[in-house]
Amino acid sequence: MTTDRSVIVDSLGVGLATGAYGVSFGAISTTSGLDVLQTCVLSLLVFTGASQFAFIGIIASGGNPVTGALTAVLLGSRNLFYGLSLAQRLNLKGAQRLASAHFVIDESTAMAVTRENTRQSRLGFYWTGISIFILWNLMTFVGALAGEKIGDPQTYGLDAAVGAAFLGLLWPRLTSWHARLVALFGAAVALGLVPLTAAGLPIILGGGAAVVLGMLWRPKAAA
Amino acid sequence: MTSLWVGIVIMIVGCFALKYAGLSVPERVLDHPTTKRAADLIPVALLGALIAVQVFADDGSLRIDARLLGLVVAGVLLSLRVPFLPVVFAAALVAALVRLL
Repeated sequence: MTTDRSVIVDSLGVGLATGAYGVSFGAISTTSGLDVLQTCVLSLLVFTGASQFAFIGIIASGGNPVTGALTAVLLGSRNLFYGLSLAQRLNLKGAQRLASAHFVIDESTAMAVTRENTRQSRLGFYWTGISIFILWNLMTFVGALAGEKIGDPQTYGLDAAVGAAFLGLLWPRLTSWHARLVALFGAAVALGLVPLTAAGLPIILGGGAAVVLGMLWRPKAAA
Repeated sequence: MTSLWVGIVIMIVGCFALKYAGLSVPERVLDHPTTKRAADLIPVALLGALIAVQVFADDGSLRIDARLLGLVVAGVLLSLRVPFLPVVFAAALVAALVRLL
């Protein structure tokens, strides 16, 4: 039997570890051409890390902000499905749903859906989501100020940090050969398109092609 | 500058709408094996494409430089179960050091 206390402690642990990397987002964002206000608005009001990184990555590579935003929203589509599994477990009413939706992210979902009852699901969801929100925003601000001082992203290898950040986000999802091949295929198509299309488009087109491939090709064992 | 704000507003509205819709729509609407498969594949496919472009693209052409070394370092550390933030720092550090050589 898991105690409420241990749910809270685990949630805070995840919150600290995840919120801390807001500093990398903030620094990369301001060296990618966003100002401190834009960087902080993203963390405050978008608040879904992978989408935020995708947006600044596309801006840094010279892409159109609208293409960047659409890629980011597409990447955020997984939150829709997180919401579905959370809805039954959290059992929220109308206004509560509106107030809670902002905290639906990878980590708060993971810390909520594994719980045995509504009470502990809620504890996991809110303690994780809100602790990440607070720290993610503080660290974004700190990183954004540091990034402004650094200026050129190449100075401290921040351009290499973006690829590493994406790999870190992708890593836990590479649990099958199917997933690995889909990721590689998306990478290959995107690279093939880089010399041919406007910046930003290779990502959404390569990603789209890889989703289609993944849907059509099903490994026998995973049926 | 203004176009950046347009992108930011699209993200704010789009990302919140997805989160809120998930909590609000009846589960059966999206409870289809095909939809679920697509939902699992989208982040994997997009992140794969994002990594490739981030590491190799340079103003409409492809280039191999210190960014690739950073990615390799990140891959090795992730396979050793090193947490996210040290991995990102290490990748940046290695790329910066190699450029100094």
